[in-house]
Amino acid sequence: MATRWFGAPVQRIEDPRLLRGRGSYVDDFDLPEMLHAAFLRSTHARARIVNIDASTARALPGVHLVLTAADLGELLEPSPLLVPHHALTQPRTQLPLAQDEVHYVGETVAMVVADNRYIAEDALDLIDVEYEPLPVVHSLEVAAAQNALLVHADVPGNVAAHLVQTVGDPDAVFATAPHVIRESFVVDRGAAMPMECRGVVARWDSHEGSLTCWISTQGPIPIRNGLAAIFKLPEHKVRVTAPDVGGGFGTKIMMFYPEEILTPFAAIRLGRPVKWIEDRREHFISANQERSQLHEVEYAFDDQGILLAVRDKFLHDTGAYTPYGIIVPIITACTLPGPYRLKNYYSEFTVLYTNKVPVSPYRGAGRPHAVFVMERIMDAIARELHLDRAEVRSRNFIQPDEFPWDVGLVYQDGGPTKYDSGDYQAGLDKLKTLLDYDNFPVMQAEARKQGRYLGLGIGCYVEGTGIGPYEGAQVRVESDGRVFASTGITTQGQAHFTTFAQIVADQLGVEPKDVLVTTGDTQAFNWGMGTYASRAATVAGSAMYLAAAKVREKAKQVAADLFEASPDDIELADGKVFVRDAPHRALTLGQVAISANPLRYAYGENARKLMSMKLAGPRPGPALPPERGGPGLEASEFYSPPHASFASGIHGAIIEVDAKTGMVTFVKYAAVHDCGKVINPVVVEGQVHGGVAQGIGGAFFERLVYNDEGQIINASFMDYLLPTAAEVPPIAVDHVETPSPLNPLGVKGAGEAGVIPVPALFASAIDDALSAYGVRVREMPLHPNRLFELLQEQQGR
Amino acid sequence: MQEQEAPAFTEESDIAVTVNGHHYERRVPVRLLLSDFLRHELHLTGTHIGCEHGVCGCCTVLLNGEAVRSCLMLAVQADSMAITTIEGMAGTNSDLHPIQQAFMEKHGLQCGFCTPGIIMTVHAMLRDKPDPTDEEIRHELSGNICRCTGYQNIVEAVKLAAERLRVSQSEMEMD
Repeated sequence: MATRWFGAPVQRIEDPRLLRGRGSYVDDFDLPEMLHAAFLRSTHARARIVNIDASTARALPGVHLVLTAADLGELLEPSPLLVPHHALTQPRTQLPLAQDEVHYVGETVAMVVADNRYIAEDALDLIDVEYEPLPVVHSLEVAAAQNALLVHADVPGNVAAHLVQTVGDPDAVFATAPHVIRESFVVDRGAAMPMECRGVVARWDSHEGSLTCWISTQGPIPIRNGLAAIFKLPEHKVRVTAPDVGGGFGTKIMMFYPEEILTPFAAIRLGRPVKWIEDRREHFISANQERSQLHEVEYAFDDQGILLAVRDKFLHDTGAYTPYGIIVPIITACTLPGPYRLKNYYSEFTVLYTNKVPVSPYRGAGRPHAVFVMERIMDAIARELHLDRAEVRSRNFIQPDEFPWDVGLVYQDGGPTKYDSGDYQAGLDKLKTLLDYDNFPVMQAEARKQGRYLGLGIGCYVEGTGIGPYEGAQVRVESDGRVFASTGITTQGQAHFTTFAQIVADQLGVEPKDVLVTTGDTQAFNWGMGTYASRAATVAGSAMYLAAAKVREKAKQVAADLFEASPDDIELADGKVFVRDAPHRALTLGQVAISANPLRYAYGENARKLMSMKLAGPRPGPALPPERGGPGLEASEFYSPPHASFASGIHGAIIEVDAKTGMVTFVKYAAVHDCGKVINPVVVEGQVHGGVAQGIGGAFFERLVYNDEGQIINASFMDYLLPTAAEVPPIAVDHVETPSPLNPLGVKGAGEAGVIPVPALFASAIDDALSAYGVRVREMPLHPNRLFELLQEQQGR
Repeated sequence: MQEQEAPAFTEESDIAVTVNGHHYERRVPVRLLLSDFLRHELHLTGTHIGCEHGVCGCCTVLLNGEAVRSCLMLAVQADSMAITTIEGMAGTNSDLHPIQQAFMEKHGLQCGFCTPGIIMTVHAMLRDKPDPTDEEIRHELSGNICRCTGYQNIVEAVKLAAERLRVSQSEMEMD
């Protein structure tokens, strides 16, 4: 295909609007007569609700509605289980408002709707909830203990799910392997923390019987479908739009957060628009989190450093509910083998309930944990055998001629974990150049002489992206020549308005700026899932390509009729449709669009010009020939991938540790990334940069600390430290391009990638910097205090 | 249950402010945040709210020329002051301000939520420090959190904007 725009560093089409402060985020919608909601949230991690007295709140002037579980009637149903799995034997999902018992601090207990948010929050203070506190399961260790306290009284041992997968014959290998090491690794909680919190605006139109919701979500279509079912409305009477969304990173792909049901419910009940905007404190205690796992790993390797087998048993903390099934631990299990030829692998995980905020995927989604474990293994092999760390990885890499490589595991989408393409050694070679790897030992030794501790770390990963089931797209040329393209996925900053426009522009011979892309509006496109799992470019992008290509063919047919030429001789370029080698015989794309819609009346400049042109008249027979497939220059197409496509990357960093304080600074950071064909290199690099920054947070700054009562004690940006420009170093990015054979564009996902290897390489670099102290990092995230403790422990030995 | 009085903060007060060159007189509840006043009374929704505790910087506006957190101020505290928000940056003509233009050219934004606050911070920074080093830029930006970009292209955008603003400043001085 001609690709003038695909692959080009096109400037973002969406930027001028956002730069002028003219974005439309949910809280920017102020509708006439609108009321404001606030939620009362549990202050206990586990307690029986003895009584709720909301009478005073109800009497407060300006309060229109107070809801508790007792007021919900049929609405008092647990949220649907999004991704059922046979191993998930004890799923539990949340009620919109807690009924008899609360299970985590932050769980919704009551809702107030008032004239404004200030009064709504006043009213929350007036609701008197009598709790009978119950013992709290505040950690995985407590959840896993013998005769453990229970999160849900009817879930024995707190076990939600248990899954074993085996590849090859690990037992046999362990029995004879020359080297076997056993270790434990701890991964603690972190969270996505998009800069825009969650939010819902709902409007009920009683004349039309229609519900419109603007939600800061990554999946408006599933929410629309769910709301229609809950409120017994036809789906086409419910419109859910994700307008501009100020970051999601996974935490906004949920169905349902209670507020997403209750805000529309209140709007219907009151007949007035209702807005709920989550504040940051609420976000800390009610938006889904991730990461917490405990791994017990055994690994076997030979004298050459070849990894022979891995046995990984891990506990996964799902929080108080399993709204998203067991996707995250499945991804962990499937990601662990990474770019290595691991032929014997035993993976066992147990998903445990805790009295904490529920868990669903956060950028990386189980992968940073797995990569941390596997890369720690690679480093240990190198240390044990006195080999170079990069060399050990090279010896274990799957080779370019070994694709497709079947890891032998069932992936999160139920399909195979089958790598479609890759060249891991090429990535490592590029990384070594970026880091000046071979000269580092000299640099390190020089620094050491000055009493400075430099360390280098590397981390490799393979990432399943672009999963199904499908996405779709519609492309339409209007009579003025403008191209409209819509798809069901959403945009939270990934530049879809630009990258999808690039894909369409190539097919229709226009410029990206002439393509207006709509995402995340159920009225603009009716089918699809959402933006998650690094799948938008791969799945929706492919659908966009297919739809645009179909419009192109239609334009050629219509123009061929008008010019009495063969469709094969028709070309599209510069907004024109013309006969090859006879460019004077040309129509604008808009004129072809008018001609493709055989009405007797057409309006506008293009139609007037068309009238004056000498063109062939309509063919005899039906005005719409059956082979043309409908009026207008419009087509919808769907793309359903056979299975995930597997992107990869290798990152490395040189850090300096202040051994006196435990503070770490980055001297250099480099990332080599392979997401197949690149639609827009600037956008992809931006995704990598942002991922790395979040990864640095997850490696060294961001740890959600729960105390023994299940209270998050650092639930503010003062205490939960998101990296700032002062902490994130300059990041050098290079690409390897191994096109995916699975989709027509050859692309793989890029959204989550950057975050994945950072904790692993950080640990590697810390070990390297502090080798004199014999430090071996077995936990993530670290933080300056904890690193200081580790140093003290080592020095105390 | 005790007797419930009306909340103590419903008292109202008159304020007069100049925002982006326009004069506004409004009667507002004394507890109304400046950020809420700008967003929901004046409908200048480009100023965003990311944390409401003064850390993230999304709500940064210029108050009598100084970059401040509008979520940490009450509207009544801004009485008789001049405020510039993101909507006032580009002026009335269609061109973007050089800082905005540089952010577009350098891909200095993704979701765009933190962007208005960052642009206001950068505006004040470059006025006071027209030729900042990379380290100074990173230090000045450290009061604004961006969760999307990893700051790489923001730093690049600030450098480009600084260069262009210096050139236009020196051209003005030449004239």
